[in-house]
Amino acid sequence: MALSKQLKLQHLLWRTGFGPATTETAHWESLPESAWWTKVKEASVKPPGMFDVADGAVKGLVMGVGMLGKMERNDLTKEEKKKLKKQSREDLKNLNLRWLEEMVETRAQLREKIALFWHGHFASRNINILYQQQLLDVVRTHALGNFGDLLRGVSKTAAMLAFLNNQQNKKQHPNENFAREVMELFTLGRGNYTENDVKEAARAFTGWSHRLDGTFVFRLRDHDSGSKTVLGKTGNFDGDDMLDILLEKRETARFIARKLYKFLVNETLVPEERINWLGDRFFDSGYKIMRLLEDIARSDWFYAPENMGVKIKSPVELWVGIRRTIPMELADPESQLVLQKVLGQVLFYPPNVAGWPGGRNWIDSSSLMLRLRIPQLLYRNQDLDVHGKTDDDQQMGEAAKGQMRRLSAVMDWQPAIDLFAKTPDNELIGKIAEFLWAVPTKNLPWEVLQKNTDRSNRSALVQTAMVQLMATPEYQLC
Amino acid sequence: MLITRRDFLKVGSLATTSLLLPKFLKAVEAPGALAMKGRSLVVIQFSGGNDGLNTIIPTRNDVYYRERPGLGIKRETALALTDEAGLHPTLTGLKNLWDAGHMAVLNSVGYPNPDRSHFRSMDIWQSASPADEYWQTGWLGRYLDAQCAGRPAAALEFDDTLSLVMKGENSKGLALQDAKRLYESTRSPFFAEYSAAKGKVLDDDAPVDYLYKTMAETLSSANYLFEQSRKANAGRAGAGLYPVTGLGKDLKTIASLILADTDTAVYYVSLGSFDTHINQEAQQKRLFQELNDALAAFSSDLKANGKWNEVLVATFSEFGRRVSQNASGGTDHGTANNMMFLGGGLRQKGLLNPMPNLLDLDQGDLKYQVDFRQVYATLLENWLGADAGKVLGGEFAAMGFV
Repeated sequence: MALSKQLKLQHLLWRTGFGPATTETAHWESLPESAWWTKVKEASVKPPGMFDVADGAVKGLVMGVGMLGKMERNDLTKEEKKKLKKQSREDLKNLNLRWLEEMVETRAQLREKIALFWHGHFASRNINILYQQQLLDVVRTHALGNFGDLLRGVSKTAAMLAFLNNQQNKKQHPNENFAREVMELFTLGRGNYTENDVKEAARAFTGWSHRLDGTFVFRLRDHDSGSKTVLGKTGNFDGDDMLDILLEKRETARFIARKLYKFLVNETLVPEERINWLGDRFFDSGYKIMRLLEDIARSDWFYAPENMGVKIKSPVELWVGIRRTIPMELADPESQLVLQKVLGQVLFYPPNVAGWPGGRNWIDSSSLMLRLRIPQLLYRNQDLDVHGKTDDDQQMGEAAKGQMRRLSAVMDWQPAIDLFAKTPDNELIGKIAEFLWAVPTKNLPWEVLQKNTDRSNRSALVQTAMVQLMATPEYQLC
Repeated sequence: MLITRRDFLKVGSLATTSLLLPKFLKAVEAPGALAMKGRSLVVIQFSGGNDGLNTIIPTRNDVYYRERPGLGIKRETALALTDEAGLHPTLTGLKNLWDAGHMAVLNSVGYPNPDRSHFRSMDIWQSASPADEYWQTGWLGRYLDAQCAGRPAAALEFDDTLSLVMKGENSKGLALQDAKRLYESTRSPFFAEYSAAKGKVLDDDAPVDYLYKTMAETLSSANYLFEQSRKANAGRAGAGLYPVTGLGKDLKTIASLILADTDTAVYYVSLGSFDTHINQEAQQKRLFQELNDALAAFSSDLKANGKWNEVLVATFSEFGRRVSQNASGGTDHGTANNMMFLGGGLRQKGLLNPMPNLLDLDQGDLKYQVDFRQVYATLLENWLGADAGKVLGGEFAAMGFV
């Protein structure tokens, strides 16, 4: 099957970003295929700025306490803790919306897309806003850099140390949680270490902790400085040594290569020799993430038919993609939090330490029907007539009981109307389908589409055709 | 306008979606499913961590009264179940079921290395995983995989979104708030016409097929459930008994579906929040009032219509609460908890095992005596007729209460 240039472009922009921005589409189409990857890469070279949405009161609380000399003991009063928790929850909503906005607006699509991958890989649920924005900063800063730096950075964040209980990992009472997840989920993957390796690694990480303000601290008095034997090596290892040992393992590079391949290429067809090839080159490069991405995106198989249009968009990908396609101003930005919740992917609230499982897990009858209805709800300014589950650990963006968030937006259709200005009416639906879908547009049910579009004028036709074509199973794929 | 109200009503989506049915909905009834036909399981999830010690109260236990000087429910206030156990005073309808031999209580249910976070512990209860593993499917979802292929309405959750518990590898339960709303939300003619038109040209192994299959099943189930829910409703004795509460409405719908012999084996509802760190007394009482009134109506309705023996209600919560009350008139997150079972078909009634030992605690928390997966094994094997080992991924001895 010969693939159209349009389809290949859709594939690239959806896999390395959140789909094409309508305003940039004409420019992309004017470029030769050979220039695409360089353009994707170069747009993300610049280091990102940190998102700082934490309320002054939160900072005052932890900093102020620090100055009073309590910082080392981590003891806020009960009232202070309550206040911190409450404000943190509010701030986390803003961090969520701020990042979402970046995904929609930025040209550095690759950085934010890969940051989203690491956000799931280094999953942490922590309601402290300072810790969460620190972790996100580490992830976004190193998203395209060196995996070793990323791993070391993440492993020393308060968000991760607290989430994986390393505060409780002390010489006298080791807690293996952190060591286990670092090996199982961050580096080697299951089957590449023994229970004894976990025990010994946990000893190496004893004393790794953080202060109230989120800075890393190594508490020597809690550290077990004795000899450990882990993964065939023996020495008086500390946490840094331990991470080095994990990075020295080729399995780590292959584990990351496999996971990234599944994220970027194909979740089910994962040829072993290809993973080994990618992993070994990643390993030999000294863990350069951009090198791995380039190996993937510039290969022939990246555009192989079996890898095109076979991924189910995650809720964040779907929503950000819609917003990039149709620029819009939302009347109630917090409705996006409800949307994330009912569709099953709330940023900063992964389901557990293993992150979002992805693939078919995104789809069940209710989530699919809502996904299909989103474009129509938006177009008609309708209530988001579903509620997320109550969650006793957190409440995100829920309106008071009984109320509904309205998915209301001022949508700017002009870029889309301009894009198809020269397309004759009889080709319009087909062209729009090619622009919106990352799957071949064969076998379009013309009759149904024509019947369900408003043909009274050009603008209405573009709008209704886009809404209908986004309300399809095909649009769920990329 | 994109789709007018008139269009909306004009198109009967049942006719159009049914074109898809032969291709997608191959009704495969697994062996064993027939034997259990007619039986249904209703799971009521107490979200937030219900305080089990103030639900089934150890009315002879000095430790309980010592640790809960303000919150403890007095022996004379509790509804006496046995000489040493009493029921929360609000649960009068459950007390009637107890007296009729239609209620059983299992104490100290839990799992090793209990987790005290709501979401994690609920994940463990819903997936039935060990505490240190992360599973992406739920125990009822895997039951659907094993037993209910081709039955898209075999498990229903009464909510807008589907919980992990209902997600299998290949089959998933269906989430709905009520049958009418589900029906209306799927009645856009575009969906029905579009999926019908595309349904004719799909390749069997294309990834998009999975989405079309889910869509077709949803559309046809929405029609089916809407029709079923209306069948039994009309003027039946018992339909008027239900309180106007969330749970009352859900149980009324469930009863209607059961009485219409709907092809549904599992119904799942949630009640909450039981996260009573402060002012527990009022909050638990309010929730128990809702529970009690809805269950009283549900059991009378089903009894009057001859179905109560074929229904089993099971309650659980992600954890119990600490033995000692806290300083805010509440209790904090604990560990093991009790489960209640209600129905006319119980093989054992009353207290199924001893009340929790409050002298043998783990840092102030109850120690579990029964693994929750043994309870699941019991429900799967003895009530739903499923292969529990396959569904739970390990052997857990079934008990004899059903």
